[in-house]
Amino acid sequence: MNQQSVDAGWEVVIGLEIHAQLATRSKIFSSSPTAYGAAPNSQANLVDLGYPGVLPVLNREAVRMAVKFGLATGSTIARRSVFARKNYFYPDLPKGYQISQYELPIVAKGTLDILLEDGSIKTIGITRAHLEEDAGKSTHEGLGAASGIDLNRAGTPLLEIVSEPDLRGAKEAVAYLKKIHTLVRYLEICDGNMQEGSFRCDANVSVRRFGAELGTRCEIKNVNSFRYVEKAINYEVVRQIDVLEGGGKIVQETRLYDSAKDETRPMRSKEEANDYRYFPDPDLLPVELAEDFIETVRATLPELPDEKADRFCSAYGLSRYDALVLTSGRDLADYYESVVRAAGGIPAAKLAANWVMGDFSGALNRDNLEVATARVSTDLLAGLLARIQDDTISGKIAKEVFESMWADGASADAVIEAKGLKQITDTGAIEAAIEAVMAANPGQLAEYRSGKDRLFGFFVGQTMKATAGKANPAQLNDLLKRMLAP
Amino acid sequence: MSLHTLSVAELSAGLARKDYSAVELTQHFLDRISLSNPVLNAYVTITAERALADARAADASRAAGTAGVLTGIPVAQKDIFCTDGIRTTCGSRMLDNFVAPYDSTVVERLSAAGTVLLGKTNMDEFAMGSSNETSWYGPVRNPWDHSKVPGGSSGGSAAVVAARLAPVATGTDTGGSIRQPAALVGISGIKPTYGRVSRYGMIAFASSLDQAGIMAPSAADCALFLQTIAGFDPRDSTSVDRPVADYAAELTTPVKGLRIGIVKEFFERGLEGPTGALVNAVLEQYRALGAELVEVSCPSLPLSVPTYYVVAPAECSSNLSRFDGVRFGHRCENPRDLMDLYKRSRGEGFGAEVKRRIMTGTYVLSAGYYDAYYLKAQKVRSLITAEFKAAFTKVDLLIGPTSPTPAFDLGAKVDDPITMYLNDIYTIGANLAGLPAMSIPCGFDGHLPVGVQLIGPHFGESRLLSAAHAYQSVTDFHRRIPAAYV
Repeated sequence: MNQQSVDAGWEVVIGLEIHAQLATRSKIFSSSPTAYGAAPNSQANLVDLGYPGVLPVLNREAVRMAVKFGLATGSTIARRSVFARKNYFYPDLPKGYQISQYELPIVAKGTLDILLEDGSIKTIGITRAHLEEDAGKSTHEGLGAASGIDLNRAGTPLLEIVSEPDLRGAKEAVAYLKKIHTLVRYLEICDGNMQEGSFRCDANVSVRRFGAELGTRCEIKNVNSFRYVEKAINYEVVRQIDVLEGGGKIVQETRLYDSAKDETRPMRSKEEANDYRYFPDPDLLPVELAEDFIETVRATLPELPDEKADRFCSAYGLSRYDALVLTSGRDLADYYESVVRAAGGIPAAKLAANWVMGDFSGALNRDNLEVATARVSTDLLAGLLARIQDDTISGKIAKEVFESMWADGASADAVIEAKGLKQITDTGAIEAAIEAVMAANPGQLAEYRSGKDRLFGFFVGQTMKATAGKANPAQLNDLLKRMLAP
Repeated sequence: MSLHTLSVAELSAGLARKDYSAVELTQHFLDRISLSNPVLNAYVTITAERALADARAADASRAAGTAGVLTGIPVAQKDIFCTDGIRTTCGSRMLDNFVAPYDSTVVERLSAAGTVLLGKTNMDEFAMGSSNETSWYGPVRNPWDHSKVPGGSSGGSAAVVAARLAPVATGTDTGGSIRQPAALVGISGIKPTYGRVSRYGMIAFASSLDQAGIMAPSAADCALFLQTIAGFDPRDSTSVDRPVADYAAELTTPVKGLRIGIVKEFFERGLEGPTGALVNAVLEQYRALGAELVEVSCPSLPLSVPTYYVVAPAECSSNLSRFDGVRFGHRCENPRDLMDLYKRSRGEGFGAEVKRRIMTGTYVLSAGYYDAYYLKAQKVRSLITAEFKAAFTKVDLLIGPTSPTPAFDLGAKVDDPITMYLNDIYTIGANLAGLPAMSIPCGFDGHLPVGVQLIGPHFGESRLLSAAHAYQSVTDFHRRIPAAYV
């Protein structure tokens, strides 16, 4: 199979089902805590274990979070939604049914705008978002022929966000997934931790000839990183096209992505699929939401990523791209704005943007840190920017200063002082250095003066070297131009 | 001593006067139980030690001056209510080894009121049956005639009260399981409004229909116990947060001027025999007491049996999925694999009637049949509810027979489920509409008791009880005790 076939007149159609674990303290239908990583079955009470006679009681906080998501995506909030039972047998599903929402979900018909690679905006439809409980986990390691069941996760609240089949490729799918990821963290309804499974997705993938009816789809289950989503979809697209071009047919099935082998494999086919026998859960009353409840939730909505990006463009004069990068996380955006404020406001906005997106974000990624745990505070970074703005140091020296600050949390001034990195702005000193360079390189000087302009850079480099990089670049430029002139 | 012939109010007064202690009273009933239970098979578990401990605590409480009306009164619990540390079987082999780790709300409230737990009563398996013959522990015998059934599913509770092996017993009623056995053994039984009594800790059969209630010789006895178990419980989302009336105080509300509706459909078919005549005599009695009799019609009522036998099995098929041999209950020997574990544990643990209903329920919920069965049944259910509601705009109570016939022979209907199901033809309507209903004894067909049914509007328990009490103030059928148990 080969990547080229993707381009041969096939259209890729993708819809995502995202499971976002809601950041409630207790489970959706019981009072057990939801914290991750506890000893197996230590966070499962009788309700989570599905004991005879116990009953579910809905966690209001989960409802509030679902409504928050619905409002943030311009969705319709159902004034009446209904929990239904999805029936199937599995050892990690204690009751033999999962409580979910089926015909009447709490959130429906929303939209989300994503930025495409060509810079255009595409609106993706959100079909629905419904509340449901998570299942437990089966473990097969270290137990011989037996399997272990850990029900700590059973009953954890999930918001399942289902998109329309509006996505036209792996890159779009990832852009949408990242956007939802950003949004749920902005809303503080999900911690977005993909490794711990708090944010995961199933991808429904099909291909068709342009203009044709929708093709048969396959569902790739439980992919838990942005990179794997892209790889899994790309693999699946190529596989489907190869099957169709070879005269075969796509079988509707559930597939699993194996990241080690970078391939998808069938999990179960439609014939083996369960008939889930959904019906309204008689243990739970329909969820009826009053207008004032919805309005109370609306009042708690933060500035959303798109709104924030718009504001960053207009208030700080940033490019669309920079604004989107800076608003991709609420903490990063807040950090950026604090830096701008501390560095003197609008005039520092672009410089601050470059530094927050560049060296600061780079260091975070490299050291796998969060904004909150970075040692360079907003005040410290603003202090560094001030020294760039007042020409104490050049941008290049500033990078060196930043690394020292990152390592030990010192202020820019302290680092500049300790390392003697203060910029040379004394014209006489720079002229002396230039004269020495001219004297040491008569050949190059003659060539330059006879018209070889390209050698200008050579003289910049040599003079910088002579001043240990501390010469003010702008001044150096001016002086060089004048002194090198024939 | 004839303590077992006294009413709850009389026993309470006797305890208060210190005519006898709670320990003496309890021992009296324990002696009767050990004498008669081997024949009746009405108790599955006799909790003698617990009963005496409860009784000692009750006596201590009385000595300390903290006793309430029910302190020291013995009670039998249907074995569907979870009792902390005591085996709770639900009449099934599946739960033969199940010791509940918690108290149901009904048990908790009766314990808190100082009552004494005598034991757990036999019942149709998972409350599915109308004769008590589906119990894993064998049939219960009718105290009036040991060759007859006591009705079901609360057959054990009915028999212990009729034979005065307990002054009072709890029951549950999904399609008539309190009222029909009450009628067949000549006692009073009330099924409250759906949501009046918490279902927490009551092992579910059909969640939207199940309701706990009280079985006792008289309406006055029922009133005192219902007072204690009724009321909102935050652990049951379907329980209703609404004040509980003072049933005992309102018990003597006169019948004069009460409008009683004669439900036309109840009197149309199969009431030619003695049951019909006895029920008609009750109408005359109420007329004599000053009630106004009005004929009303609920045209969809004849559809209640088929409706019920779609809704109840649908819910039970899902409710009973948790019995999978994994965490509690019966587990087959040496399962080969997961599927074998499920199939054999369930195959061995459940009896024929339970399997029949699980299969029926699975069928009516399955893809392609849901609309034709489950959805249609829900529509009929709404229709029946609306017709009852309309009837209650014209009358205060409805009246009709409880059971088409008196107690039938053991084994007579076990191989004919349809005939068995028709036993509930008069009782099911109240469950489908969630209405409170009660059966009281109204005479004898030969040597076998016959009951009459009163149905009230939602939360009309008080009116039901006072109407029943008025009838019992001028009759003595509720005081009759089978000769063998006097």
